[in-house]
Amino acid sequence: MEVKKHLIEARDVTLSYDGRPVVENLSFSVTPGMYLCIVGANGSGKSTLMRAVTGILHPASGTLTVAEGVSIGYLPQQSEIQRDFPASVWEVTLSGNLGRVKNRLWPGFGYDRASVERAEKALAMLGMDGLKKRSYNELSGGQQQRVLLARALCASDTLLLLDEPVTGLDPDAAREMYAIIRRLHENGTAILMVTHDMEAALEESTHILCLCQRHGGGEDRSNFFGTAEEYRAGLADDSGCSCCGMEHNRSGSADPVRKPIQIPGAPSLELPRPTRMPPLGKEEK
Amino acid sequence: MTIEAILASPFLTAVVIRSLIVGVLVSLCSALLGVSLVLKRYSMIGDGLSHVGFFALALCTAAGVAGAYTMEASLPVVILAAVLILRLSRSKKIKGDAACAIVSTGAVAIGTLINNILGVRSADVCSSLFGSASLVTLTDKDLWLSVILSALVLVWYVLCARRIFAVTFDEPFARSAGVHTEVLDLVMAILTGITIVVGMKMMGAIMISALILFPPMTAMRVTGSFRATVWVSAVVSVISFAMGFVLACLFSLQTGATVVTVQLVMFLAFAAAGKGIKR
Repeated sequence: MEVKKHLIEARDVTLSYDGRPVVENLSFSVTPGMYLCIVGANGSGKSTLMRAVTGILHPASGTLTVAEGVSIGYLPQQSEIQRDFPASVWEVTLSGNLGRVKNRLWPGFGYDRASVERAEKALAMLGMDGLKKRSYNELSGGQQQRVLLARALCASDTLLLLDEPVTGLDPDAAREMYAIIRRLHENGTAILMVTHDMEAALEESTHILCLCQRHGGGEDRSNFFGTAEEYRAGLADDSGCSCCGMEHNRSGSADPVRKPIQIPGAPSLELPRPTRMPPLGKEEK
Repeated sequence: MTIEAILASPFLTAVVIRSLIVGVLVSLCSALLGVSLVLKRYSMIGDGLSHVGFFALALCTAAGVAGAYTMEASLPVVILAAVLILRLSRSKKIKGDAACAIVSTGAVAIGTLINNILGVRSADVCSSLFGSASLVTLTDKDLWLSVILSALVLVWYVLCARRIFAVTFDEPFARSAGVHTEVLDLVMAILTGITIVVGMKMMGAIMISALILFPPMTAMRVTGSFRATVWVSAVVSVISFAMGFVLACLFSLQTGATVVTVQLVMFLAFAAAGKGIKR
């Protein structure tokens, strides 16, 4: 197997919240070109893991390292505060450059030339360049999410960390969002995405990290980290969990939850190719 | 007191000018701080702190330092309360607004008891709640403090403008970009505390939180960007203070109440204009 540089590497990580371990003995790594979906029932520690990856929370034990020089483009879940926030699309996008130290020391609202160009490119890439002056709170949910994605792209085009990027979007906007992320991945950006949408996770990702402690057989059940194919195979032979059904038995009882599993690739799941999106990165302007 | 009488007396003219400067500077600071406070749903912090200001005044009376050293004595009390309220509002166990309400109503209750026990005249209690009826109580010390305060707020705002925006709009993202959000919040709470102490003498404990709430709310009726909101809020705040101040002088009204009434009218006018623009 080809050895790649790790962007993120987690070894035997235990994460605690209020002194209670939420995630235990977690090991995974993110390499360039990976599209990793983090799944798991509510309360399995997805948000806690996000906090750890962004550096807000330190592991109680084990090591979680982000490779040196790698910045993370974070797309958090939208908050109540943003709903009526007076901010222009341009202001939100530009703020993605804040991670670069140079931008923090200047007085005023302005950003340097490189940041401005980065923001313009990101907006153009997502088809939002016509809406620069619009107020963020007047946009549709899908457009808002694209602005936040543009902001994340200003922070990093190496590694994007997406926290439930389609939550609250209507089906069309969700499909469009997945198409955008797919294109970014095809352009070489590593994707780390937390999602509830199991069907899309299996369809879109290259790798799956399932935080439910239901994988493997017998007493020694643990979380799952591997390729999407391996995960699918696990689902088929019933050794996997049923996160996809969201009918998760969190008491930890040993009997596997039996539920007919919709294998992705069935006709109903076919994602139409995007029609409105300009090609990424290769456009003339 | 007519305008001629004020202009005829050099002493009164000095008092009026001093009060106007203090008021304008406090209005400017509270408008700038208010934008973030209102947008972060921390409006209650301003309100809560002003009630703590009332408590601090009562405490000063009890300690026998009311009058000459009110400012010095209330500053640490209010700043401490600012830090406390911020911590409480961040904890998951008590809801933020409830935490503020607990601190503020508790402070008012204890302040009232202190006044009761000491037998403070109700006219004095009234002036600490609604602002001093005469401007003569403002001293040069108030003037200097307000100059220092506004310098602090302006420098902080100019240096941290981008960070303030990022933290206000999206705290998780700002953190992931390496911004120390707790420090920024703490500085904001402390500056808010100072603003309230400096402005309270003129505006009164109850009216001072209006200086924080009204200008940003007014600006947000018509603006579509953060930068514009900050500017409009600052300009609206200063203009409505000046108008209210002049009206109060002309008709011998209480400054705090007049200023807040002008702000209310401004808010309604902007709300109507905003409806027109957005349609």
